[in-house]
Amino acid sequence: MFHKEKSIQLKNSASALYNNLSVLRIAPRRLTYFTVVHANVVNMVSTSWDGLNYSHRQLQSKEPNVATSTSLIMQAAFCALPSRDLLVVSSQKGIQMYESDGSIMVYWHALDTPEAPTAHAVFARGISAVSDNYICVGVSSGAVLVFDVPSKGSNITLSEVLEEHKEAITDIASECSGSQEFLANLVTADDGGNLCVWKSGEEFQLLNKIPGLDMTCSSVKLWKGTVLAGYGTGQIRLYEAVTGILHAEVNAHARWIYSLDIAPFSGLLLSAAEDSFVRVWHLAITPETNSVEIAHLHNECVTDTQSCGAKFCDGDGYAFAVTGYDLSEIIRYVQS
Amino acid sequence: MSARTLPLVFINLGGEMLYILDQRLRALNTSEDQSETGVWSERDRKRVLNDVVGIMFSKSFMDELLKPQQLYSHRTMKTVLTRLAHSSIMRLNPASMDRLYELMIMAFKYQVLLSPRPRDLLLISYNHLDAARAFVRDTPAVLNQVDETHRKIIEVYSRLSDGEFQLLRQTLLTFLQDVHTRVSVFLKNQIQNPSGRFVLMMSGPVPAGVDVPGLIRTFDPRGREVGRSEFPPGGTYSGSVGEGSFELSGDRVLRLGQNLYQAERPEETQTSRTPGTQLDRTNPLAKEELNLLARLMGFPGKSGVVPADWRCLLPSGAPAEQAAIFQVINIQAVQDEEAASALARIAGQFTDEEAELENPSGSKGDDLLAMMDDL
Repeated sequence: MFHKEKSIQLKNSASALYNNLSVLRIAPRRLTYFTVVHANVVNMVSTSWDGLNYSHRQLQSKEPNVATSTSLIMQAAFCALPSRDLLVVSSQKGIQMYESDGSIMVYWHALDTPEAPTAHAVFARGISAVSDNYICVGVSSGAVLVFDVPSKGSNITLSEVLEEHKEAITDIASECSGSQEFLANLVTADDGGNLCVWKSGEEFQLLNKIPGLDMTCSSVKLWKGTVLAGYGTGQIRLYEAVTGILHAEVNAHARWIYSLDIAPFSGLLLSAAEDSFVRVWHLAITPETNSVEIAHLHNECVTDTQSCGAKFCDGDGYAFAVTGYDLSEIIRYVQS
Repeated sequence: MSARTLPLVFINLGGEMLYILDQRLRALNTSEDQSETGVWSERDRKRVLNDVVGIMFSKSFMDELLKPQQLYSHRTMKTVLTRLAHSSIMRLNPASMDRLYELMIMAFKYQVLLSPRPRDLLLISYNHLDAARAFVRDTPAVLNQVDETHRKIIEVYSRLSDGEFQLLRQTLLTFLQDVHTRVSVFLKNQIQNPSGRFVLMMSGPVPAGVDVPGLIRTFDPRGREVGRSEFPPGGTYSGSVGEGSFELSGDRVLRLGQNLYQAERPEETQTSRTPGTQLDRTNPLAKEELNLLARLMGFPGKSGVVPADWRCLLPSGAPAEQAAIFQVINIQAVQDEEAASALARIAGQFTDEEAELENPSGSKGDDLLAMMDDL
């Protein structure tokens, strides 16, 4: 169903972080951007669709000594808004927003970091654009920061702080079907596996809370009103966002899941875990009849590698890319 | 990231160091007769292990480690571990220390990477603690220190959630990133590839709390299961073998963190940096020690040769000769001076002991003299 294509080499290896791969397709310029985090550096690669041109860029925090660096990056993700694309980088120090090619930093938000290290780590993690003008970023305290992003310029402001979670945020996702019919358009997940479902607006509205079973939800997606959640137990669960009804439960992986992704036009689901497997599933969701089905399609094994990021490269799921801890390449697969 | 990594790092790296020192010192013991000189006796070996464990698990050292703080750099880590290794009658030159550190790091990396669940890092640490206990079982005072440390670790870490443990593990993995030193005992046991990467199995038992992959269940709005289907998971997994004990003692179930070198011959604790390099077949640690001893006797540069009557170990010669035996290694850790100095202050016990040893009748020399007197 899929076969391996030529890998993209990275300047350094990927770190073991949830959702450690972000992809942005720039159709007008026939380019695709990839970002992968290595400790305190964001590696960016821009590839042309004909596969002939690659260019690299690194965004780095200034501290040279990795292990003692106080600005280790937790996640880097592209946020595609109708008017503009931004690259958001969340670290132990705060949140940075760049133009999507990484050329200029347009916004910086510092976290309240205590003078001396405390027992509970402080960091920002979990990034998503939602509706036309918001970018949400999670914090280790459980708070979710909502930033209002104008259509151009650097006048980005902190619009709201959502304080519903009590544990560190792991991932955030917005409704990606492209349809406006769904009431809920944001889901946030935390270390305890708790999921909060929101409706965006000038004031975000909490629609539902789905309690976790004390097992970390490391990656989450929202598609056609259904929450797809990946857990440390290797399970994937499908919940109806607004009601919290559990539709399906998959014993998907033998180890901690690190990344989930959806191809919104075809309903393909991608899951990657520490067990070296990347799996492709098919989702059939009919909101009218309340029917949700998930079927397994394909496995890929990345030998001797614990995967930390997996993303489709396009909305149909024609191709996907995978990163792994300590691996200095982005592995690509294409439908046969 | 996590501010709780240091205690586990030292217990595990220190634990690996104990295994390696134990194995190397056994290898140097070519005679069962304790009075035989030119070798490290059983008594010497136990002495070294007791000394190292004693410092490693001392209250002040552990209390300092348990304070929430960021992980040290490799340079600082190596400095502190060097001081630890030198807390007894043994000396290592920089090359030996480098090799020792590489071995410790690769063993630890293997354990962290293969830990079935992030929480199992504790079980791995407890395996090291259990082994440390066994090394010092004849010394109640030190044994007590190990128990005390174990209790503190249980107290501090039982409160962490699985998500926090994974953050801790991710912090450690960042620290251990990009190190691919090949270790011959790992290569031989096929846990490491010639490329330096560790082998990850797609078979075997799943971790405790995890279900064997392959099942899809669907539910109706009332929560009743309405469908089941299976898919091929690709690997050959079996059910979990249960959780190990997180108490002071008990079956840890997990074998990671146990002594890999017990059954091995000395050259198995060799490392090599890049593929294609010749693996050094001699035992660098033993070699260096013997070189030092040979030099003492005035046999310059002869490696591996131990003069028959080396028992005249008393460094009666010029101060330079004395300095040669008790070579203190100073590694400048510029960036982490603050972190290093706090710990170094605690570890100042080491330097006190070094000063003690610098007098003409070094402790090892004392033992041997005493033995000679008995003959």
